Amino acid sequence: MSSEDDLTRLSATELAERLAAGDTTSVQATQAHLDRIADVDGNVHAFLHVDVDGALEQADAVDRRRADGELLHPLAGVPIAVKDLLATKGMPTTCGSRMLEGWIPPYDATVVERLRAAGLPILGKTNMDEFAMGSSTEHSAYGPTRNPWDLGRIPGGSGGGSAAAVAAYEAPLAIGTDTGGSIRQPGAVTGTVGVKPTYGGVSRYGLVALASSLDQAGPVTRTVRDAALLHDLIGGHDPRDSTSIDAPVPPVLDALDGDLTGLRVGVVTELGGEGYQPGVRARFEESLELLTKAGAEIVEVSCPSFTKALAAYYLILPSEASSNLARFDAMRFGLRVGPEGVDAPSAEQVMAATRAAGFGSEVKRRIILGTYALSSGYYDAYYGSAQKVRTLISREFDAAFGRTDVLVSPTTPTTAFEFGAKLDDPLAMYLNDVATIPANLAGVPGLSLPIGLADEDGLPSGLQVLAPAMADDRLYRVGSVLERLLEEQWGGPLLGRAPELASSTGVGR
Amino acid sequence: MTTLPGLVGFDEALETFDPVMGLEVHVELDTATKMFCGCPTGFGAEPNTQVCPVCLGLPGALPVVNGAAVQSAIRIGLALNCSIAPWCRFARKNYFYPDMPKNFQTSQYDEPIAYDGFTEVDVDGDVFRVEIERAHMEEDTGKSLHVGGATGRIHGAVHSLLDYNRAGVPLIEIVTKPIEGAGARAAQVARAYVAHLRELLLSLGVSDVRMEQGSMRCDVNLSLRPVGQQTFGTRTETKNVNSLRSVERAIRFEVSRQAGVLGAGAAIVQETRHFHEDTGETTAGRVKTDAEDYRYFPEPDLTPIEATADWVEELRATLPEAPRVRRARLQQAWGASDLEMRDIVGAGALILVEQTVAAGSSPQAARKWWLSELTRRANETGVDVSELAITPADVAGIQAMVDAGRINDKLARGVFDGVLAGEGTPQEVVAARGLEVVSDDAALGAAVDRAIAASPDVADKIRAGKVAAAGALIGAVMKEMRGQADAGRVRELILSRLT
Ligand SMILES: [Zn+2]
Repeated sequence: MSSEDDLTRLSATELAERLAAGDTTSVQATQAHLDRIADVDGNVHAFLHVDVDGALEQADAVDRRRADGELLHPLAGVPIAVKDLLATKGMPTTCGSRMLEGWIPPYDATVVERLRAAGLPILGKTNMDEFAMGSSTEHSAYGPTRNPWDLGRIPGGSGGGSAAAVAAYEAPLAIGTDTGGSIRQPGAVTGTVGVKPTYGGVSRYGLVALASSLDQAGPVTRTVRDAALLHDLIGGHDPRDSTSIDAPVPPVLDALDGDLTGLRVGVVTELGGEGYQPGVRARFEESLELLTKAGAEIVEVSCPSFTKALAAYYLILPSEASSNLARFDAMRFGLRVGPEGVDAPSAEQVMAATRAAGFGSEVKRRIILGTYALSSGYYDAYYGSAQKVRTLISREFDAAFGRTDVLVSPTTPTTAFEFGAKLDDPLAMYLNDVATIPANLAGVPGLSLPIGLADEDGLPSGLQVLAPAMADDRLYRVGSVLERLLEEQWGGPLLGRAPELASSTGVGR
Repeated sequence: MTTLPGLVGFDEALETFDPVMGLEVHVELDTATKMFCGCPTGFGAEPNTQVCPVCLGLPGALPVVNGAAVQSAIRIGLALNCSIAPWCRFARKNYFYPDMPKNFQTSQYDEPIAYDGFTEVDVDGDVFRVEIERAHMEEDTGKSLHVGGATGRIHGAVHSLLDYNRAGVPLIEIVTKPIEGAGARAAQVARAYVAHLRELLLSLGVSDVRMEQGSMRCDVNLSLRPVGQQTFGTRTETKNVNSLRSVERAIRFEVSRQAGVLGAGAAIVQETRHFHEDTGETTAGRVKTDAEDYRYFPEPDLTPIEATADWVEELRATLPEAPRVRRARLQQAWGASDLEMRDIVGAGALILVEQTVAAGSSPQAARKWWLSELTRRANETGVDVSELAITPADVAGIQAMVDAGRINDKLARGVFDGVLAGEGTPQEVVAARGLEVVSDDAALGAAVDRAIAASPDVADKIRAGKVAAAGALIGAVMKEMRGQADAGRVRELILSRLT
């Protein structure tokens, strides 16, 4: 089958065009992706749950709506994968944890509701580090997702499943969530596009909270245009999320392929240099040259507090997480484990036994960290100080955006590492997110796009664009131009260079 | 188990010790929906029928603040002469409890919406000023029902049932500053304060304030210090003291108990105590130690509440008259004595009497019906007088018929029976039960003539000028007429025949 006939090789935009033109149907497109999942997911393990019947049913419904002449969303009929952190009515939602094994939410997250309303068949739920805690999906209770570029390497995390699904052509689109880089970092290491919108830009209702003040859902795609289409679909005010921004946002789609002449692009000193892999740095420098050629003006900016971002993040995140995860107590839903050797256990004993059995070690580590950081006597020193650092970071972003229109940096310090490389060293694992975390602390939007393969290992590296809060359109303006210039150099998308995945027929889930 | 030192009599204790109290009152607001979701708040529904993903704390669900609850909180704060925070936040109070779906309570910590107020309480005619520390917003928990234990308590239970209907119902917690200087009147002051708060909240229309249903709950902090000493002693917190009488009893008991402990040279343990309605005693609960750490932090799922000056002034304009001012005004308008007013307020009938007067009744008649006839019936059926199935307009209507001579007081009682039994309006009851007095002079005259003929000796006395003797003849006529006669008219007819 030539790639032109293979519906899974099309971008979402291309597939949408064919659907609109009546050249194919959503049922055909959805079936093609389900077949692809059946073929390769045994190797990739991007999915925790595949909803064959549900996806085909939704595809059929949208085909009928189209046949009836209904005016449909541009992405109608394009199938999508959803991170298992989002509540999906009638479909398992585990957050990669034993704690929620078998839990079927009675309601849809707002994002999911919007996908369904627009007629995007949901292929299934994607793998992730347990409760989004990790940068490799190695912390999933259901086994890791493998990087389609090299099955011996991590796909990033926590949203490794969504990124790998898109990179492996198992889905043209996916939803991720980004608390410290969980959309952007997997995007960078799998050669895909990932966007963390402005905090409050996309409803958090139905996202199982890791850190409420940092979490944000966003698009995971293969092209910047696809991301823009999905961003406009899932974004916008939701009265069920009090932190959702209640203001009109200009469509990011309109920002694509804009002119970069005179655009001031800031390179953040603290998000590069030492500790960054040479091949990653080389591709980043080349991208800066392309931006200069496109008319942008490159400015060096320093944000000294960004070096404290990781430390502040690992106090704020565990603090909020320790409280958010308290509800997993075996009383109303999810796992319930009785304590061993206790005849008539109390509710408290059941809670303790369940939490001991249901949470993995990384989750426990962060719950303990957060509980400690919030304790009276330590609150000011830990949580309080971290919030001060957060304020400083926001101010430095403000100052930097006073002199520049966008900021850029490598998305991650390195390309994808091998499984197990950092599993015993949490601090080394945490360093993966050193460049992505400041955006979450300040609530500003960020986009990661592939910028080429590192010379050392031939693996993808990414560049992230950061913009002021509510100026998500700038991400797309810069991202779409850079993507075009890079693809002109490469002679096609970077993913075209990924090795063909061997079939795993018979092993598919 | 150590042996408890004996109790010291309340009055005796107060010769040596000065009580310091702190009252924490939780009030459930009667908003249509819960604090952070759209579920209804009605009391008494089937278990777990007023729940949703938000108030069940399901993964991913998010809270949205109920604006009506914030409005009520600000009005309560203003009525308690508090400052209203122009900017405040919710905070999470973290602890594990099966009743509490999220295992944290969304509350307020160091940024309450209302703070630094006071309120003036009448205690036997004196005005006692109670300083208010704060009033803050929070959500209620669910309820556990322990099955299999002897007394519905968790001890001995084989399993527990959880009802989350109450989870997320808006609460306001009103906390006093330490109440000092009440001395021997400590228990009365506490009771009067809670009663006063109840009346205030009722007049604001923010809660039904039913202590027996738990929509108003009181925790009593109490410590003793030797008379003349400035520093506070160690306090205990007695939880869930849920009637006015219990507030008074709990304080009396704790004063006696603590005086006994201190008198024996022992120390008060800082602890939570439980009040027992049956015995009027308190018993030790959890020991409060420094280990109790709620790990408060600002609720990241909610945005801060900004109470603009304009909004606060708008709400201030909606405040009802202060209870003391209102009572004074009504007392003067009604020409009631202090004692009469205290009775009306004590019976919880102030609004009822006021509305009855507004419906056309005289203050005396309104007070008479509500405090005697209707209070007695309420007591008999074990409900609040305000819960009786009769409206102030009904009472005024019955009195109007008495004034018009259509019925007398005795017949009126029958009308009350009928209205309370749901037989209709007072007019309908009078018609259906045939309670109207006989105003036909011919019929009455005949009855009078028969009475005179039957008692010639009494008639002679009246003819001789002993008018007081007419009572016997009136009684005879009323008896013959089965009470359905206007006694005044009967008297007139008798006297016109014999004098
Ligand atoms: Zn609810």
